[in-house]
Formats: sequence, structure tokens, C-alpha cells
Amino acid sequence: MVEQEGFRRYIAHIILWIGIAIVAFPVYVAFVASTQDNALIANGQMSLLPGGHFFEVYYQTIFVGTSGSTREPVGNMMLNSLVMALAIAIGKIAISIISAYAIVYFRFPFRMPIFWIIFITLMLPVEVRIYPTYKIVADLHMLDSYAGLALPLIASATATLLFRQFFMTVPDELLEASRIDGAGPLRFFWDTLLPLSRTNMAALFVILFILGWNQYLWPLLITTRDDMQTIQIGIRKMMTTNDALTEWPIVMATAVLAMLPPVFVVVAMQKLFVRGLVETEK
Amino acid sequence: MANVTLRNVRKTYPGGFEAIKGVNVDVGDGQFCVLVGPSGCGKSTLLRMVAGLETVTGGEIDIGGRVVNQVEPADRDIAMVFQNYALYPHMSVFNNMAYGLRNRGMKEAEIKTRVEEAARVLELSAMLERKPRQLSGGQRQRVAMGRAIVRQPKVFLFDEPLSNLDAKLRIAMRVEIRKLQRRLKTTSVYVTHDQLEAMTLADILVVMNGGQVEQIGNPLAIYEKPATTFVASFIGAPPMNLMSMRTEEIKSQLGGSAGEAGILGIRPEDFVITDQTPAGGVALPLTIEAIERVGAETFIYGSRAQDEQRVAATPGELPPGEVIVRIPGTEAPAIGEKIRVAAVRQKLHLFSGDGRTRIEA
Amino acid sequence: MQKQAIFQSKLLPYALVAPQLAIVLIFFYWPAVQAVIQSFLLQDAFGLSTSFVWFENYVELLSDPAYFETIVRTFFFSFAIAASSLSVALLLAVMADKPMRGGAVYRTLLIWPYAVAPPVVGVLWVFMLHPSLGVLSRYLRAAGIEWNPLLDGNQAATLVILAAAWKQISYNFLFFLAGLASIPKSVLEAAAIDGARPMRRFWTVTFPLLSPTIFFLLVVNIVYAFFDTFGIIDTMTRGGPGKSTETLVYKVYNDGLIGGNLGSSAAQSVILMVMVIVLTGIQFRFVERKVTY
Repeated sequence: MVEQEGFRRYIAHIILWIGIAIVAFPVYVAFVASTQDNALIANGQMSLLPGGHFFEVYYQTIFVGTSGSTREPVGNMMLNSLVMALAIAIGKIAISIISAYAIVYFRFPFRMPIFWIIFITLMLPVEVRIYPTYKIVADLHMLDSYAGLALPLIASATATLLFRQFFMTVPDELLEASRIDGAGPLRFFWDTLLPLSRTNMAALFVILFILGWNQYLWPLLITTRDDMQTIQIGIRKMMTTNDALTEWPIVMATAVLAMLPPVFVVVAMQKLFVRGLVETEK
Repeated sequence: MANVTLRNVRKTYPGGFEAIKGVNVDVGDGQFCVLVGPSGCGKSTLLRMVAGLETVTGGEIDIGGRVVNQVEPADRDIAMVFQNYALYPHMSVFNNMAYGLRNRGMKEAEIKTRVEEAARVLELSAMLERKPRQLSGGQRQRVAMGRAIVRQPKVFLFDEPLSNLDAKLRIAMRVEIRKLQRRLKTTSVYVTHDQLEAMTLADILVVMNGGQVEQIGNPLAIYEKPATTFVASFIGAPPMNLMSMRTEEIKSQLGGSAGEAGILGIRPEDFVITDQTPAGGVALPLTIEAIERVGAETFIYGSRAQDEQRVAATPGELPPGEVIVRIPGTEAPAIGEKIRVAAVRQKLHLFSGDGRTRIEA
Repeated sequence: MQKQAIFQSKLLPYALVAPQLAIVLIFFYWPAVQAVIQSFLLQDAFGLSTSFVWFENYVELLSDPAYFETIVRTFFFSFAIAASSLSVALLLAVMADKPMRGGAVYRTLLIWPYAVAPPVVGVLWVFMLHPSLGVLSRYLRAAGIEWNPLLDGNQAATLVILAAAWKQISYNFLFFLAGLASIPKSVLEAAAIDGARPMRRFWTVTFPLLSPTIFFLLVVNIVYAFFDTFGIIDTMTRGGPGKSTETLVYKVYNDGLIGGNLGSSAAQSVILMVMVIVLTGIQFRFVERKVTY
């Protein structure tokens, strides 16, 4: 509308830039700190401009770790985080899509009870059942393992519901045409349904990867060995030591490294990300 | 090549609803059979039963001398064209047509020959690499046809394949389908709710209503001698005028045994405006209420003042006492004008009072 | 609920649901049942014997003023986080909704914090506002504020709320943008022709039409504040100083892991579960209403 021309438009730009500044400032500070000398930071003398220690700090962070006794190269932590995030994302998508397929495209005894059993898990976030879950994973000898990290986080009613909803919108005639074309249930799934679900799977993957990478409480409980730490746990351990001994540039470099993959995913795959976010919340 | 024979076919849903109440149809080799009827009459269900997409709860479906009740759709040697085409959206036109052949393990070279031949016939050769969403409605329809043709099946099944097209394209494709079927000589079963499509396409026309067959036959024979009032009003547009024989005026004109029939039917095109009453025929005085001029012809909607009731007949039901008359477009009557129309004896259709039986008198 | 066109197979569907069913039963139901059972048990101080004590754990918990304080604190945090984050996000979304040059760039620059993990958020903020070395603390001290969130409970709570709200801005922003985009332009144009000025138009047309989005986000933000703040609190304050930043989830973790009081921790888990079920229920009721409306 006419009024939006001119003055108001400038206000909008200014407010948005202030918003961006608020959102970006903490990360900027972290990045700046990760390029400076620890002594300077510890004295409260940190500069708000990048320092000259970028390569040195990041090299030490990724390949060596802190100087403390529980040193662990952050590169290794990132690898653990990556394996866990991929296992959660791929595992969730795989088991959800096949169970949604069974629930939508077959009629079998206990179909609805099974659906409800899966559905109700929406209401049981890992936080409300941590210790019993911990005990079961321990009994299954899965502490300090990738399976223990990923499996309890894999079952997801959200993904099953999403695929179910999508399958319901696929025209019945496609299945009928496939049957006439001689395709059985597995072939229909593989040749037709999976290709049609590609965008949904990709959107879901983006969200699940971010959520997986950012898991904290569960890895905190079940990883005891340093070489199984994820990067989120690594950061916390680096800060555990006495404040005076904390190697802030390395902590901040780790924070930056922890942010990079998920932020990259959000920015690079923005369309899929937005779609995934909106659909999983439906 | 094959016959399709339905013997007392029934479909009862688990809830007890009877969708098909015993249907007998025999489609000869290479014939084009059209199932027509209002929505909900069971025509699509019947077609899907032939395809094997719906189970048969009674009777037998026989394709090429083999009872196929328990045979999977893929093994019935049929091909089907769906109303919404059901093209695989993620596959190219070529792969859409090739998919069924590949599933049957046909050699890639043979597939290529067949698909290219079908594409040539359907003028799709330039579009083989496109995805369905890049095609127009008419092109998608042709791909759906192509998918059926390449299979070289014993039977083509069509489920309202033209109803998603605009009027002009529908007529063009109707002609195409007929030409194609004549050339391939493949037995075909075609479902539609459009009586014009049914009349123009069919070798054998099956008029269905309420899960039952009302009449089977050659389209013109059905038009000329409808077996029931339902068929009479469904086939032909505008619908046949149906009048109660209780009207003394008509009874006295007809006389004799014909006078015992319950319902009299006269097609709008069989009336002429005249002061004469033809021997054995009927004449009606009308007041013109509305006029539709379509160009070549004109439809007059007139009312019979003294008529107390008109037999209700769906579809195309008229208000009580209303009569439609078709006259050449050259005549120019006026609203409110009083006219007299008459029809000769041979053009009268007589039915029993319940409309279920035709009476030849 | 189900398709008309389906496949017939006796065993295949079971094989297809089996993996998910197995995981759900082993890692969801079994622990949930365990939590409920555990909440009725009491272990002695040495963990040697366990006795069945009915609702004793619950009674003790609910009669404990400290637990009650934690509940109040958690809800206070939730509303403070939701309110601050929602209002900032709404302002930004309304600004970004206008057709303007660089709209897509603004969007990108505002949504990425969604991807920052809660513990990292905690680290970023605690570093920025660290009493001795934080870059912002200098300015606070210069302004005469006695800033030390490591000692002052209220300041610690403020810090947690700020950090948690900061992370949630991008999420709320995205959903507000979607909500704004779904408001038909013609309605706003009609209001403009009816003489409503931009501010008035926002409060009388845009805001009411956004109310379903706002309600939805309110519930989501509360659930977020309940659970996802764990990582933020754990890296920032560990629930301290004192108990000033201990939320319900953090208490479950603390009492179970550090206090070793599994019975009480389990009872707390069960109470939390009930709360989640109620919240989810509210959300579903709402979603249903949205569908019919």
C-alpha cells in the first residue's frame, strides 16, 4: 500500500538490522574470542576485533584439544556428532517411512493399536524418562556406543505421522496403475512411493540432522569415554575446570565449530529447512 | 484378442451395501462396450471389478475364456486408463509407458520399439523425455492411452478418461479413441456418465442404474426403443417427455389397448407444431413459457395448463406439466403464445405405470 | 483414516512396522513403565534394599516447598522466555513481511540461530556476560550495575531467560512470517480503505488473524522452555547459584544423578510426563479447532 513507501520502509530496514545485530552479536563475540590470546581474555581485556591467532587456535582445537588432562581433539568429537546425527536422521526416516507405509497401505489385525502405540510416544520426550532409559541402555551394554547414542532417539512418531499424512495425499490410482503394471507392494514402494517422497525425506532429514547434531542430555548421560564424546558434551567439559584455567579461545573455537554444520545446513538448504520445520510441527 | 463376459456379477460391501446386483454382459472380441449411467450407479465399480481392483462377491468375470475372479490385475492381460490418468509423476513419458513392460521383464530393445511406436501414433514422440507435469491435459491423457497401448493387452479399460478435459478437447479425443480402437481392434470397456460420449463411442451400450443393467444393446436401438422410463430419460438430450396416462385428454386420443399403459413418452425432436391430430398419435395444446435458441434448432418449454401431474423421472426431470419441443431454428415462436404440437403413432413410447416395462402396441 | 486402494499381504505389514515397534517398546514404553514403578519405590541410603512405598515419594515431593518453588520457577521462566521471544520475533516478522528489497537476505540472517545447540547458546551468553571477562559486563559495570550472575540468583535467571529467548527468536520469526503470509492481502486493503492507519490495522486486523499462530507458538515455546533449556542451564549456571535457575527437568537430572534419589527423581519424571501430556493435549485440541475453522 501507498503508505509503506518512504519513511516507514526505512524504519523497517533499521529494525531488521537491529534484530540481525542482536542475533549475530553473541556469535561474533565467540568468533573474535577464538582468534585471540587466552591471557588477554582472562584479564577481561578482550578486543572486539578479530585477533591474529586464528590458525593456531583452530589447529589446536581440531587436532589436539585443550591442554587439560581430558584432552580430546575436537575433530574427533565432530566425527562422533556427525555419526550420531546421521544415524538418528537416516534411522528415523527409514523406520518411519516403512511403518507409515504399512499403516496406510495395508489392512491387518492390530493396525490401529500399533498406530496408537507409535503415536503416544509423541508425549514421552527423552527428558522425562532419562534414568530408566539409561538403565536399559546400560543393561544392553550399549553405553559408549553409537547404537546407544542413536537408537533411543530414533523412534519418532512425528516422522511416521508426516509420512502417513503424505501417503494419504498420494492418489489411489497410482497404486492401481502400478498393480495393473505388474508391481507388487515392495516394488510400488521402491519405484513410486519413495521417489515421490523425496522432498519430504529431504526436508525431514535437514531438521533431524540439526536436532541430532544438537542432542545434549542423552549423550551427556551415556558417554563416559572421552573418545565417544560429542562436540556438545566436549564444550561443557572444557568449561568444567576452574574459570581461571579455562582456555577460552579453544572453548569459543569449539562453539564455532559446533555451530558450523547445522547453521550451514539451514542456510544452504533453507527451503527444505523451512518446509521440514513447518511440516513436523503440524 | 478376447471376449469379456460377465455372468451374474455381484458386489456386496462388508457393510451390506449392494453396489452391483447381478450383471450379465457379453462383449464380443474387438467390440467397444460403454457402461453409462448416473453417478453412483455402479458402472465404475463394475469396471474396477473387471480390472481386478475390486473383489467380486458373486458371479463370474470371464476374459478370453478364462474366469479371472481370483487373478491379480497384473495377470489379467488388461490395461486401464484412469480418470486422473494416474501417471507416475516422477517418471518421464517414456518411462511411464515402459514401466509396465519392464515389470514384466521385457527386453529393453523391444520396449523401445513399442513405446516409440505408441508415441508416434499418439503424436508424443517429441515429448518422451518430459515429466507429466510439463504436459498439457490433453497430452497427459494421451500418455495414459500410450501406457495402455504399449502393453498390447487383450482388453482396454477406460474409467471416464475424458472427464478432466475441456469440452473441445473432449470431443477431439473422443474421435481419437474411437479411431484408435478401430485400428487396434482391441476389446474395450469404457465407463462414462456422458450419454453423448456413450452414444458416439459404443458398439454395445450398457445403461446402468442402481447397480443393475437397465438395458443392453446397440446405441441407436436403445435410443429408438428404450426399455424403461429411466433409459428413455437418460439417453437423448434434452430428455424424453414422460406423461402420465391418467390424463384423460391423452387417453381419449390414443384409445384401444395403448390406453392401458401407464406412461407415455415422446422425444422433443418427435413433435411438430400442427393443428392436425395424426391418426393414432397425440396432440397437445401448449402455452410457451421459455425458448432456448441454439442456432440450428430451438427448444420450446411449454406447459399443459390442464395437466394435473407428470411422471417424475430422473435425471433431467422437468417440472410437472412441462413439455420440451424441438423445432428447427428457422421458426420463431414467442413466449406466451399458445400452440398445438403433435406426434405420430410410431414415435410414441409406452411404458407400464411403474416405468419398468416397455409396452409395444 | 485409510486408503481404499491397498495391498493384500499377511506378513509384510508386520515386518514393516517391526523395527519401529521394537524401538518404541524397548526405549519408550519400557522406561516409562520403569519410571512409574520406580516412583513407588524407596531405596535405602546405601542402595542395598528397596521397598514399595506407594505414593510416599509423591507425597514427599508435593509437600516439599522447594519442589513447589521449582514448579513456579519453571512456569515463570517459560512465560518470560515465551513473551520476550515472541514479541521480538513478531516485531521482526511484521517488518520483514513488507515487500522490500533484500527480504530474502533478512530472512536468512534471522533464521540461522535455530541451528545453534542449547549448550552452545549457554556458552556464548555466559562468555559474553561473564562477571570478570565478559565483553558486555564491562559496559554494565560502567553503567554502575553490580553484575555477577555467578553469585546473584536474579541475575542468573535473567541470563538464562535472555539466552533461551535469543535462541527461540528465529523459530518464532519463521512461523510468524508464515502466519502473516497466510493473511489475505485483500483484508488488509479493505481495512485501509475503511480508514484504518497502519498501527490500527495491525492491532485490529493482523493481530487477531494471527492469534492461532500466536497460541500455537505459545505452547511450543513453553514446551521448549521446559525441556530444551536443559543444555543452556547446564553450561551456564548448573541450576545455581543456589537453586535460582533450577527447572523441573534440571531437578530430575540433578536429584537422580547427583543426589542419587532415584525414587524422587522417578516421581518427578512421572509428574513431568503428565504435564507434557496435558500440554500436548491442549495443542491437539487447538490443532483440531484450527482444522474445522
